[in-house]
Amino acid sequence: MSNVSYVRDEMLPEREPPMSERGVVKWVRANLLSGWVNSVLTVLAIYVIYSILSHILPWFMNSIWQGSSLSECREIRDTVNNGEASACFAVISERWNQLIFGFYPKHLYLRPVLAFLLLFIALAPVLFDHLPRKLFVFTAVYPFLMVWLIWGGSIWPLVMVMAGFGVAYIAYRALSQVSALTGIIAAFVAPVIWWLLLSSWVAGAFHSVLPIAIESVESKELGGFTISVVIGLSGIALSLPLGIVLALGRQSDMPLVKYMCVGFIEFIRGVPLITLLFTALLLLNYFLPKGTNFDVVIRVIIMVTLFSAAYMAETIRGGLAALPRGQYEAADSLGLDYWQAQRLIIMPQALKISIPSIVGIFIGLFKDTTLVIFIGISEMLGFVNLIRSNTAWNGIYWELFIFVGLVFWVCCFSMSRYSQWLERKLQTDHR
Amino acid sequence: MTTLTDPQTDSFRLSQLIYDTRYRSMTIQVVALIGFVAMTAWLVSNTITNLELLGKDFDYGFLSVRSGYDINQRLVEYSSDSTHLSATVVGLLNTLLVAFMGCILATIVGVTAGVLRLSNNWLTAKLMAVYIESFRNIPVLLWIIAFFAVLTEGTPAPRAFKGESPTSSMMFNDSVAVTNRGTYVPSPTWGDGSSILVIVFLLSLAGIWFFGRYSKQRQEATGDILPNGWIKLAIFLVPTVIVFFLLGRPVGLEYPALKGFNFSGGLHIRNSLLALWLALSLYTGSFIAENVRAGILAISKGQTEAAYALGIRPSKTMNLVVLPQALRVIIPPLISQYLNLTKNSSLAIAVGYMDLRATLGGITLNQTGRELECMLLMMGIYLTISLLISGSMNIYNNSVKLKER
Repeated sequence: MSNVSYVRDEMLPEREPPMSERGVVKWVRANLLSGWVNSVLTVLAIYVIYSILSHILPWFMNSIWQGSSLSECREIRDTVNNGEASACFAVISERWNQLIFGFYPKHLYLRPVLAFLLLFIALAPVLFDHLPRKLFVFTAVYPFLMVWLIWGGSIWPLVMVMAGFGVAYIAYRALSQVSALTGIIAAFVAPVIWWLLLSSWVAGAFHSVLPIAIESVESKELGGFTISVVIGLSGIALSLPLGIVLALGRQSDMPLVKYMCVGFIEFIRGVPLITLLFTALLLLNYFLPKGTNFDVVIRVIIMVTLFSAAYMAETIRGGLAALPRGQYEAADSLGLDYWQAQRLIIMPQALKISIPSIVGIFIGLFKDTTLVIFIGISEMLGFVNLIRSNTAWNGIYWELFIFVGLVFWVCCFSMSRYSQWLERKLQTDHR
Repeated sequence: MTTLTDPQTDSFRLSQLIYDTRYRSMTIQVVALIGFVAMTAWLVSNTITNLELLGKDFDYGFLSVRSGYDINQRLVEYSSDSTHLSATVVGLLNTLLVAFMGCILATIVGVTAGVLRLSNNWLTAKLMAVYIESFRNIPVLLWIIAFFAVLTEGTPAPRAFKGESPTSSMMFNDSVAVTNRGTYVPSPTWGDGSSILVIVFLLSLAGIWFFGRYSKQRQEATGDILPNGWIKLAIFLVPTVIVFFLLGRPVGLEYPALKGFNFSGGLHIRNSLLALWLALSLYTGSFIAENVRAGILAISKGQTEAAYALGIRPSKTMNLVVLPQALRVIIPPLISQYLNLTKNSSLAIAVGYMDLRATLGGITLNQTGRELECMLLMMGIYLTISLLISGSMNIYNNSVKLKER
């Protein structure tokens, strides 16, 4: 047996790929310089980035955070920064309270802050489903707590409003023994009677016995970021259920109900929000009985809610239409009635399909809260205009717009990220 | 003999209206109708009583009364002696002007950004992502006000262009001046024979359309594809250019020039229009970019691979395979973006651009004190515009939609 082997009997060690096929070089070649179009794009992009950064970076690095007027800022710029372009963020630190709280009384700032912090506790069980379900009790109470903390006053009227739901439940339990229908009607009628006729009297009685009240704040003192959050949150919380109802109405087999919903949705979607806000401001005293006058913030919340509910309805209708017919038929064949089918089978799937667009509408609604400056509520942009017309800060604009833009950007971007996360989490199909 | 399965024939009980599914929907609808009618009647009667209490009537006669205010930005003849109706028309045209220009620019920006965000070039894709995310997540009102502030406060006054050593200079070979009073661009002057030129130009546009049809028919019949882009460009340019020189340059340009303390001549684009136009276009463009991206991503990779397998070149694959399918996904959301842009143009109130809301819903409303009439008319007009846009785009959408059989 000769020991001459013609076939190599051990593996050669792996060699490294050539320089051009590994590491940074490969990445750059593949992503930045693969062909002349790509290379031109890279050069253009680098030029754009350079020309933006070369202006912004030094300006931002030199930024001045202390000062009480633009001229003071310019003085600091000329003496400390040798006259180089510098951002004057002093305006933010000086007017921070106004931009965030508006004209809210200074000694009560703790209340909106507390409301804002509690918001996260209230939202937590809604956003993340591995948290204890008992937190939902707090979520249910939170809207009333927020109203009380921000507007202040006696706690009893709000407790009475809450009690109205209890009254509805008791009436339903008591009268559904008679017949289911009587129970349902009672559940609607009883709280209305309670709220309209009894609650104010009972609240007064309670208040005289046990006066729990904090200093009340008027709506016109609200402003800045606070009012955006209040309007945005209320609109978001109220427009989703209303939107679902409208979507169901639009998909309904009953022609009259259907056309009413279609008419409402198309009307709202056809006019700009700003005309609806002006309607709330100018025309409501035509449409309502003489002497009716309610808070401008509530008017705005109603209009914003109606506005986004119409868009919500269209989105959810898309989700309903995207569900396979078989799901409806399966629900029918299980013997579920309409509401059971909607609650257990249709809505969970339809809402899941439309999550991205629903959150898109929430984001739009939150951005639209800026429009309230046109009807005299000073939210952040209103204060930006106010500050810019002040002699001390006349001529400043970038810093303020960057700040306000950043605040909105953080809120909206985190909402859209959350929706993407939720979408991935709820994804049950196999891809 | 009766059996249990026999239907009950004659015993209609009142409770059937609620418990019998055959009648229940009727009951609900009747209740809903009664509620709706009662609500409407309540609102109308409130309105009538309130109008009486205020001593007002419901009358659109004010539209034919002299308006008495001036509008600086107008497309048609208008003076303070004109009626409120013509002020409304001027406002409406201004709304349509900014909406039209905005839709065009937003489409260009959006399609470019959407395609570039999908590009292989990492840097460009990230740059576009930054643009899209920053514009989408910041209120359009902020953009409008910011653009306006930058245009009015960040640009030089006309007198900075004056003197021996001016601190500012005009752009593009002394033809465009960006000042804090607005932007001045050259305007065309129409000499003798320019009408012929316009007719030739319109004819060549029609020619492009006919050529497009012919080329499509030819392609479907023979499979040959003509170099469409180049031929269309030639039809677009060549006849007009030839006639332009044959007629001895009937259309010229009038350049803006500094006279005294301001520019005169040329076309004066006010900052309000410019800020509104740019802000609306860039904002809506970022939404369109996402729609375009989603549309292209919705076309499965198999389509592209199939086209390559058939030996179709990449550029043709895009034009003949991917885009026609992607368009079907893109167009419906595009329609709603156009509608949003049109409705957002009412934010002109922030920069003082004289749109429909500023004329009819602003000065006219305040001067005549007829809130009800003005608001209703204005909502009606916006509603009509919206329905017209969505209606016409839906017709277009139906024509490109996949015909399912």
